[in-house]
Amino acid sequence: MSKDRTIANPSRRRFLVVGAAASGALIVGWRTVQAQQALPYLGARFEPVSLGVFVRIEKDGEVIIGARGCEIGQGVKTSLPMLIAEELDIDWTRVRVEQLPYGYIDTDKGPSDKYGDQGAGGSTSIPTAWKDLRQAGAAARWLLLVAASAKLDIPAGQLRTESGSVIAPDGTRTLYGDLVDAASKLDPPTEPRTLKKPEEFKVVGKPAPTVDAREIVTGQTQYGIDAYLAETLIAVVARSPWIDGEITSLDDAEARRVPGVKDIVRITGPKPGDAIDGALADGVAVLATSTWAALKGREKLKIEWKPGAFAEESTESLRRQADELLKPANADKAVAVRRDGDVDKARKAARKTIEARYGVPFLAHATMEPPAALIHVEKDKVLLIASLQDPNGASEVINAVTGIARSKIEIRMPRAGGGFGRRLKNDYIAEAALIARQADKPVKLLWTREDDIRHDFYRPFCVFQMAASLDRKNEVSAWSAHCAATPRNHRDRGMKERPLWNGTLAPDDFPAGLVPNFDLSLLPLESGQPRGWWRAPVSNATAFAVQSFIDEIAVALKQDPLALRLKLLGEPRELPYHGHGGPVFDTGRMAAVLNAAAERIGWKRKPERDRGLGIAGHFTFGGYAAHAFEVSAIDGNVVVHRAVCAIDVGHVVNPLGLEAQMIGGTIDGLSTALNLGITLKDGKVQQSNFGDYPLLRMAQAPIDVEVVIIDSGKEPSGAGEMGLPSALPALTNAIYAATRVRIRELPIGDQLRKIL
Amino acid sequence: MQATPIHPAKPPVAPTAAKADDDKTVPLRINGRAYSFDGDETMPLLWYLRDVLRLTGTKFGCGIGACGACTVLVDGKAQRACLTPMKALAKREVTTIEGLAGSELHPLQQAWVEIDVPQCGYCQAGQIIAAADLLKRTPNPNDDEIGKISNLCRCGTYPRIRKAIKRAAEITRERAAREGSKS
Ligand code: FES
Ligand code: FES
Repeated sequence: MSKDRTIANPSRRRFLVVGAAASGALIVGWRTVQAQQALPYLGARFEPVSLGVFVRIEKDGEVIIGARGCEIGQGVKTSLPMLIAEELDIDWTRVRVEQLPYGYIDTDKGPSDKYGDQGAGGSTSIPTAWKDLRQAGAAARWLLLVAASAKLDIPAGQLRTESGSVIAPDGTRTLYGDLVDAASKLDPPTEPRTLKKPEEFKVVGKPAPTVDAREIVTGQTQYGIDAYLAETLIAVVARSPWIDGEITSLDDAEARRVPGVKDIVRITGPKPGDAIDGALADGVAVLATSTWAALKGREKLKIEWKPGAFAEESTESLRRQADELLKPANADKAVAVRRDGDVDKARKAARKTIEARYGVPFLAHATMEPPAALIHVEKDKVLLIASLQDPNGASEVINAVTGIARSKIEIRMPRAGGGFGRRLKNDYIAEAALIARQADKPVKLLWTREDDIRHDFYRPFCVFQMAASLDRKNEVSAWSAHCAATPRNHRDRGMKERPLWNGTLAPDDFPAGLVPNFDLSLLPLESGQPRGWWRAPVSNATAFAVQSFIDEIAVALKQDPLALRLKLLGEPRELPYHGHGGPVFDTGRMAAVLNAAAERIGWKRKPERDRGLGIAGHFTFGGYAAHAFEVSAIDGNVVVHRAVCAIDVGHVVNPLGLEAQMIGGTIDGLSTALNLGITLKDGKVQQSNFGDYPLLRMAQAPIDVEVVIIDSGKEPSGAGEMGLPSALPALTNAIYAATRVRIRELPIGDQLRKIL
Repeated sequence: MQATPIHPAKPPVAPTAAKADDDKTVPLRINGRAYSFDGDETMPLLWYLRDVLRLTGTKFGCGIGACGACTVLVDGKAQRACLTPMKALAKREVTTIEGLAGSELHPLQQAWVEIDVPQCGYCQAGQIIAAADLLKRTPNPNDDEIGKISNLCRCGTYPRIRKAIKRAAEITRERAAREGSKS
């Protein structure tokens, strides 16, 4: 999920710092330029207490690696430390990983971060860490080598390292633990160290199970929602069911009589129409000694609301709005995202123009662990323990609500029960802070599933009007995609300067640059619903429209859908790609994953009766993915008999983790395509829990997802999002192949059951 | 780096001996220890486990019995803790994820680690408990039988869950053979 802060500061320069812990352990970390300049002792040793670190080598040889990222299930708590361990030359099995807290530091140049970027969004953790964390490991190794050189009186160039030891030319081994004392007194290297070549990797590229697996399966892992402090009060909130709704009357007498209820306080959301960067809505919080008492108290509240300006909004009214906007008469309302050549002219000259319209609904994130936050606001300091994706944003929000300096806000980031972009919004942190400010005890805010489904920052609702013109040689001469959507960039203060289409459309998405006359435009829909980042933003909607439409063109041309895709991609080459995932889109890498998926599923064979094969590929944030499915849909019941996902994310850090992300992304895509949608009526969200927002269950999921990993050896992208987008159109394309029914509106729901 | 524990130490909640037939208290056993509950009898077991006993391995996911994140064993049978009021638990034996392992990991837990099932991991305690119930009734389940587990996983770990359940069945047999050869 792309995020402003990360993109705005792509790579801040960092300095290496080195020091000794109280235990005598060697510590190596990074600090940003800003922080470095604020201190007189540039590059010098530091007190480990005040500065962050990644590597700690105890005298007994134990190696502890700090994991800086937010672990939301994408595997960074395992993969990031692997990068350090690789360059440090230690045995992965002997490494202990510890989660680092959020590392904030004040400098005279403004706020800075101790550990580098800790957020989880846009699949950026690996690409960033590929650069800085490997250096951290290499620098630690260098210090140990220099220390060994002095101790053994052998030039460092003649020494080598291997699984936690320095090895002399005669084969004698000196354990890292015995070098720690001397190494921690050295100054860090002034130049970046040479990193290993991929063929030298011993940790990177080898399957590594989740570092927390044992704790997770024994119930020991504590997530944000599992945190308690002494005397914690549990809070649940009754929020306005309408965006910008206000409380006109509140009777809390009965609620206060519920045993265990301690207090009832009000919180305020944004002013109507203002940026939503605090709490999402006005509400009434019930504070109690147990969750059960808080829930019972909330039920007894009598609140009357005055709905906001969007009280009439419905999915039907949005559809009507889209239909109206997509009429040619309204073409002047279109915001150009990318335009090449002259689409109108090409259309007039064309042999034939094919058109189709696709729709995707609002989507809720439904993280398995619902939003929750434990916060203790004291006079001059704050402690937050919560499952996060953007700890920096959480720190800002708490500061905005409480006025307490950011350096006095401590944030611990336990493992999170899923993210999918939901936690890039810190509205629940703002709510918790607003409540806790009015309480004299720690407060744990809990969202029920109903709260979560009804008060989210939804994936935008989009209707795509697609048109492709074919010239006399049956080449695609013009392509246009007019997307009527509720723009993601809406009431978002941080994104004011960004174009309206940011987070809804991407200018260089396939087939941009491959068709001479091209028009991608946004027609903004009016809607009150909050919108946000949802796993593989932009791509999660556009891949369905584009890759379904390619299939329809292939059908119209009586061509093989794979062959048409490969023909459009043409010779392997790099096309410029602006925006997240760029700077290039490599047509050859895209073709390679399509071919790999096709080969694995057996694209050329004729599937058995009632079954069909479907394929699709998509480029997301620097990663190339293709899906191929074999499905049947007898009586409208979709069964995925085989599911293949081919993936190229460049260098593979942890194949076991990459495979897991692809399996997960594929199933998320199937779940979304088959069942999920948020609809509106009378300005309110109609769904409430897993009954009407039915995530896929095991019985509906494919027995296996066959993942084909292509290690192209290119700079790594992340992996959290790439596995989703092409799964949706690959499914609907396969359904078409099996049934000749084209799904143009998601979710599939009971559309097929009505027809077949 | 300071090894700051993410969570403070759990407040000690002393288990109390189960009282005899007192109509205000609910005597029950959890993970082999006796407890006596004397709060609001309509409170679901889920919140007693989490808020009172701080046994947080049992998770909240939906509160309506739809997701299975809160699955526990009651007298050996899988049950949704979010829908089980305390009053229904008199003299019952509850096993949570924290109490599943004996001297070694339960075969399911071992298989889960071997196959590397967890992604975010949040649903996995419930999945493992549901699978424990399945394996007890069906020691060698096929894909259809495994597919009857209705617990949700938002991260989509189902294919590895399937593999891990089959692997756990194998581990169970291996352990039985090992025990058999010892005696
Ligand atoms: S929390 Fe009990 S089934 Fe979902
Ligand atoms: S592992 Fe994340 S919900 Fe199952």
